[in-house]
This record gives sequence, structure tokens and C-alpha cells, in this order.
Amino acid sequence: MARTVWDSSVGKKTVMAVSGLIMLAYLVVHMLGNLKIFFGSAEFNGYAHWLRTLGEPFLHHEWALWIVRVVLVAAVVAHATAAYQLSRRDIRARPTKYVHTRRRASYATRTMRWGGVILGLFIVWHILDLTTGTVHPNGFQSGHPYQNVIDTFSTWYGNVIYLVAMLALGLHIRHGFWSAAQTLGAGSRTRDRALKAIANVLALVLTLGFVSVPVAVMTGVVS
Amino acid sequence: MKLTLRVWRQRAADTEGAMSTYEVDDISPDMSFLEMLDTLNEDLILRGEDPVAFDHDCREGICGACSLVINGDAHGPERTTTCQLHMRSFADGDTIDVEPWRASAFPVIKDLVVDRSAFDRIIQAGGYITAPTGSAPEAHATAVPKPDADFAFEHAECIGCGACVAACPNGAAMLFTSAKVNHLNVLPQGAPERETRVLDMVARMDEEGFGGCTLAGECATACPKGIPLVSITNMNKEWLRATRKAGKR
Ligand code: HEM
Ligand code: SF4
Ligand code: FES
Repeated sequence: MARTVWDSSVGKKTVMAVSGLIMLAYLVVHMLGNLKIFFGSAEFNGYAHWLRTLGEPFLHHEWALWIVRVVLVAAVVAHATAAYQLSRRDIRARPTKYVHTRRRASYATRTMRWGGVILGLFIVWHILDLTTGTVHPNGFQSGHPYQNVIDTFSTWYGNVIYLVAMLALGLHIRHGFWSAAQTLGAGSRTRDRALKAIANVLALVLTLGFVSVPVAVMTGVVS
Repeated sequence: MKLTLRVWRQRAADTEGAMSTYEVDDISPDMSFLEMLDTLNEDLILRGEDPVAFDHDCREGICGACSLVINGDAHGPERTTTCQLHMRSFADGDTIDVEPWRASAFPVIKDLVVDRSAFDRIIQAGGYITAPTGSAPEAHATAVPKPDADFAFEHAECIGCGACVAACPNGAAMLFTSAKVNHLNVLPQGAPERETRVLDMVARMDEEGFGGCTLAGECATACPKGIPLVSITNMNKEWLRATRKAGKR
């Protein structure tokens, strides 16, 4: 069955929808967690520490975190691979452009591919910056995420990369959430407006929530 | 009306094509778009030139043969078939671009005529029901709830013109295939093949080289029969259901 799903354009799209929704659910939790930065360094760092002890004593130290990481990496890889393969198919299916062209689908719809690429690059940079510290600007301190976040958002490029990525995220979710509902067969005429509204609210809340952190650092609200 | 036409001319499938410019005069606003092209062709024949090849048959909006992309829109600016589009939708002096359906699964045969036999093969894969032939069955023998009958009828309206494919940025045949799948899958007559129908038709659609759906919605905007975008959602649901059932077996 896994083979038939992956070999079909409809099945591959299902993989995209499910992996996209997994990432979306994670992002909601991640955004809410980030807002703890407004309660000061002790609470933010304490929260980060608690994430590592989550599930103890049933789970070993950091296991819950690793389970989440493995699921997310699987979701990103599945999503990006399906996106790449489906996009290749789509481009091959329509090799000749019309001479007479005009603007078509909405901006969010047209930017899914490039927005997805921006998000993919951002995910890599974000992990190298704030998880491993490889590209961190100012002496990465493991266990002190509060200071690390402030350091990142004290550089101009840290802010630019982050803001661009979060705008791309908002657009991606705006079309993506509603699309996933259609792909999974959950859409209907009566539910359409509600689904579009939920997509817009999710996109807006996530973008504003994530963006509030660098804005707070830039304006000195968080320091 | 006096019009300037820019028409895609291509001698054969394997030759290069290009847009050619023609002037037409004395066009009545009551002419259909195809009658306007007939006028152009009569002119071309008188001048000893090759007339423009285009598909047409019923000229009543029911057969699905006509297939022109007019000013970038499949079937032109109105929501109808090319044969039911009238010149009053244009203004005197307009320049009109006329191109064939564009999709690798619909190769150009000549000028504005494309080969849509890929659709026939999708139908062959499952767009039928198995029933004993012979005298017509008693009309009340198989009851169909009214909402289901309406749903089936709405999808049965698809005339297989291919405008959905032409309008789709991915050259996808999802709207056409979903119209056929939904039409038969909701009816008791279509029930025995409900699962194989959707799986086989979607597989055939992929094999023919159509693209996938990115929910851009261009197909439903172009469809002269108003097949809605949610038909695709419904086909996805049928596909997932059939896949789950096949997995259990
Ligand atoms: C690795 C980076 C990513 C790439 C390359 C990527 C690319 C894409 C592409 C090409 C599509 C299909 C667009 C279309 O159908 O028009 C898509 C859909 C989607 N994406 Fe992403 N994306 C990425 C990251 C994300 C993230 C982080 C999320 C989490 C919120 C997400 C959620 C979704 C959802 C929910 C869909 C809809 C699936 C469907 O249409 O059924 N994507 N993505
Ligand atoms: S779904 Fe509409 S546009 Fe597509 S083939 Fe059928 S009638 Fe034509
Ligand atoms: S010629 Fe039959 S639908 Fe247009």
C-alpha cells in the first residue's frame, strides 16, 4: 500500500498534506513556547530545560525531544521530496506557455514552491544557528537559549532572514492548510469558508507570534 | 466589426509553430467565435492559403469538441464553450490571440487541433459501469436518493472538452477525472466498481503525463459546465477510501 500511495500523484499529495499538518501542529506549539521569552530569561531557559526532562522518568533524559526531532525530520524530508517530485511532474506536464498570459491564482498559491524553498533553507540555518550553534554570531552557549536568541536578533542579517522566512511561512500556511483539507478529502461546499478562515487565522497568528520575538529584541522590549 | 487575429499556426505535430496575424472584416456581433473563424477560413481559401484547422462538432455546447484558448482563457472570456461564445463579447478593433490547449498530454496535431485521446483512455480505465444489456430496466427498480441523483447529474454535465487541463498551470486532468469518478461512484449502478474505478482512472491519468493538483482553481474557473473545484476534494476522498480498502484486502 505504501508503494501505491507514493507512486500516485494523489497519494504523494496526501503525504505532503499529512507531513505539512504535522509540521504545522509543531509550529503552533513552538510559537507559543517562544512567547515565554517575554517573561524573562529564567522562565525561558527553564522552559527549554523542562523540554529536555519531558516524559521523565518514563522516558530517558531528552528522549521526548529526540522523538519529536526524528518525527519532524521525517516530515520535512517526506514533504520536500514529494514537493520536488510533484513539481517536476507538473512542469513536465505543461512545457509550453501561452503566448497570451495573464495573472492567475492568488499570491499565496503561486509562491508555494519558492516559499517552500525559502522555508527549507531557513530550517537549515535556524538549526545551525540556535540548536547546534554552528553559525551563531556571538559565542553560542548551550543551555542559555535566552542569550542566544538575543545575540541572533542583534545582527541585521539574523533579523532579515527570520522576518523573510516568517512571511513565507504565513503565505505557505494560508494556501497550505486549506489545500491539505482538500487533499485529505475533508473540504466541502459548506465547510469551505470556515476552512479558509481557519487557514488565514493560523497564518496570521503564527506569523505575528513568531515575528514578535525579533521585533521585541530590536525595540529593546526583550534584552 | 473589424478585428486583428493572432492565431497559432503549426503545419504538423512535429513541426515548429508560430503566431500568425490576420485581419478580418465585416464580422457581425451575433456571429459565434467559430463562425468568425469560418469567415477567416473562407478568406484564406479564396487567397489560396491553408485554412486554420480547429476542432468543432455540435456547435451547441454539448459535445466538447471545440477547444480554443482565446486571449489566454480556455474557451475565452465567457463561461461557456468556444462555439457558444459570441463576437459581442469583443469590441470593434480588438486584437484577439487564439491558441491551442497546451499540455504535454494533449499534443498539437495541426494549428489549433490537439489530440485528446488521453481522456478516452482515462474513461476506458474505469469511466463505465458493468450492466446487462438488452431491454431497458424498469425505471423504479433501483431507487436513487434525490441528492445523489443531483450530485451525479451535476458531474455528468462534463463534456470532456479539456478546458480544465488547458487552464491548469500544471496541465492536470483532476477536474475531468473527478467529474467522471463522482458521477458514477455516487450511483448504485456504479457501486460494484466504486474502488477500482477511482484507483484505475487516477493511475491512468498519471500514466498519460498529466500534472498534479495544486488547488490553484483555474480549472473550475474555466469549466464551461461549472464542475466545481470541490469535485477534486471528493475524488481525493474516494481515492483514499479505496486505497484503505485495498490495503485491508
Ligand atoms: C522543506 C521546506 C518546504 C518545502 C520545500 C515545501 C514545499 C511545498 C510545496 C511545493 C507544496 C505544494 C504546493 C501546492 O500544492 O501548490 C506544499 C504544500 C504544503 N506545505 Fe509545504 N513546504 C515546506 C515546508 C513546510 C512547512 C514548514 C510547513 C508547516 C507549516 C508546510 C506545510 C504545508 C502544507 C500544510 C501544505 C499543503 C499540502 C497539500 O496541498 O495537501 N510546508 N509545500
Ligand atoms: S471538467 Fe469541465 S473543463 Fe474539464 S473536461 Fe469536463 S466540461 Fe471540460
Ligand atoms: S462544438 Fe460541441 S461543444 Fe462546442
